[in-house]
Amino acid sequence: MSSIPSNLKYLDSHEWARVESDGTVTIGISDHAQGALGDLVFVEVPEVGRALTKGGAAAVVESVKAASDVYSPVSGQVIANNSEALSATPELVNSDPYGQGWLFKVKPSNSGELSSLLDAKAYEKVVEEAGH
Amino acid sequence: MGFKTPLYETHVAAGARMVDFGGWDMPVHYGSQIEEHHAVRRDAGMFDVSHMLIADVSGARARDYLRHLLANDVAKLKDPGKALYSCMLNERGGVVDDLITYFGDNEHFRVVVNAGTRDKDTAWLKRWAGPFQVDIQPRTDLAMVAVQGPNARAKAAKVIGKSADAVLGMKPFFSRQLEHHFVATTGYTGEDGWEVILPAKDIAAFWAALRDAGVQQCGLGARDTLRLEAGMNLYGNDMDENLTPLESGLTWTVAFDPADRDFIGRAALEAQRRGGVPRKLVGLVLEDRGVLRSHQKVVVSGVGDGEMTSGTFSPTLERSIGFARVPAATGEQVQVDIRGKLLAARVVKYPFVRNGKALI
Repeated sequence: MSSIPSNLKYLDSHEWARVESDGTVTIGISDHAQGALGDLVFVEVPEVGRALTKGGAAAVVESVKAASDVYSPVSGQVIANNSEALSATPELVNSDPYGQGWLFKVKPSNSGELSSLLDAKAYEKVVEEAGH
Repeated sequence: MGFKTPLYETHVAAGARMVDFGGWDMPVHYGSQIEEHHAVRRDAGMFDVSHMLIADVSGARARDYLRHLLANDVAKLKDPGKALYSCMLNERGGVVDDLITYFGDNEHFRVVVNAGTRDKDTAWLKRWAGPFQVDIQPRTDLAMVAVQGPNARAKAAKVIGKSADAVLGMKPFFSRQLEHHFVATTGYTGEDGWEVILPAKDIAAFWAALRDAGVQQCGLGARDTLRLEAGMNLYGNDMDENLTPLESGLTWTVAFDPADRDFIGRAALEAQRRGGVPRKLVGLVLEDRGVLRSHQKVVVSGVGDGEMTSGTFSPTLERSIGFARVPAATGEQVQVDIRGKLLAARVVKYPFVRNGKALI
């Protein structure tokens, strides 16, 4: 069973979002997503300063087998990305999807969007249904 | 739900991620595709290839039949057990499938064709059989495992037992029917190793014994990265019914000599050769960061456009490699359109990797 931390919010397209104490949002892909993709070999993250919209394509993760878009769970400006670590070791997304394998951080422009994200319980249902 | 090989339950029990491949439920990996890839390059790995179709061709004129059916010439096969890689073509010179033919004697051959084309191939084999009065026997009672890697022979021999002594020193591209196992020194990885054919009912026990002998189970994911590194074409990606072997990097597999051998597609290939082959298949190494994938557009400055036919991240080379079909005049440098960015790629001779060593 894949891990789904209860302190995070999720999109049904398998991204996670963590609201930090300063109000910024850290974004990555879920354990289920990395497992489905297999060994990651290339990650393309958005540049700092780029404006993202909720649900818009923001990053690309590529496994040996295929490339997948990563959608931003919130609108806002990119204030940091994990490109330094992930360009050398994209497999961090496999080994530590909720930690060292984070993708980018956003300063949200509309914090109301956060409430529309899935909680861990609702996301668990999405994953279960994807398994059938 | 797709077709299942006799090893389906074994794969599921081992935790394999199953995917559809040409209508078959097959394992794509058992955990890590990259680890499975490295196991084959460095030690020994095994693949369930029972989805491929084995067919026995027999009859007094079996040799003449295959000389007509195949673009390569089975008359080259003189030693019993010798294997031959060939395309079979349609009348337009397009590739119906690629296959390996094992030579028993002039009246008995065994062919192994791709899974996704089984039905089409069976119909094609039978369509041309009539005048030669050959018997085409699909061997759905058999199953096949490829054991590949520098230590594959030694490990598989231990499992097979005493009878394997006879094939331990067998040269590449040969086969031999042992007491119980049909063993061939063929494969799709660029490594030493065997492809072993057994009665379907015995294959699960053979697989389990290989696993106990330390052979890594490998899925179709690793099979694809291994074959690409080895510079081997994949039917449906790198060639199909609308492309000739001359446009698919397979000219070496077409036996134009002797000139009077009338094989299906010959006239079309000769016409194409006279007119000039417009496109060629080349190997590419991506110089920028990213991953080549099939169907990406290839831009050849001053020459024209082409298309990626296969592409992946090479675990051995730790960079992206692929095949592209490009205009014949393409030189050494091209660009590949990856999500709207033109990235630099270099044309290289393939194989990219052979027997564990990088060749580029």
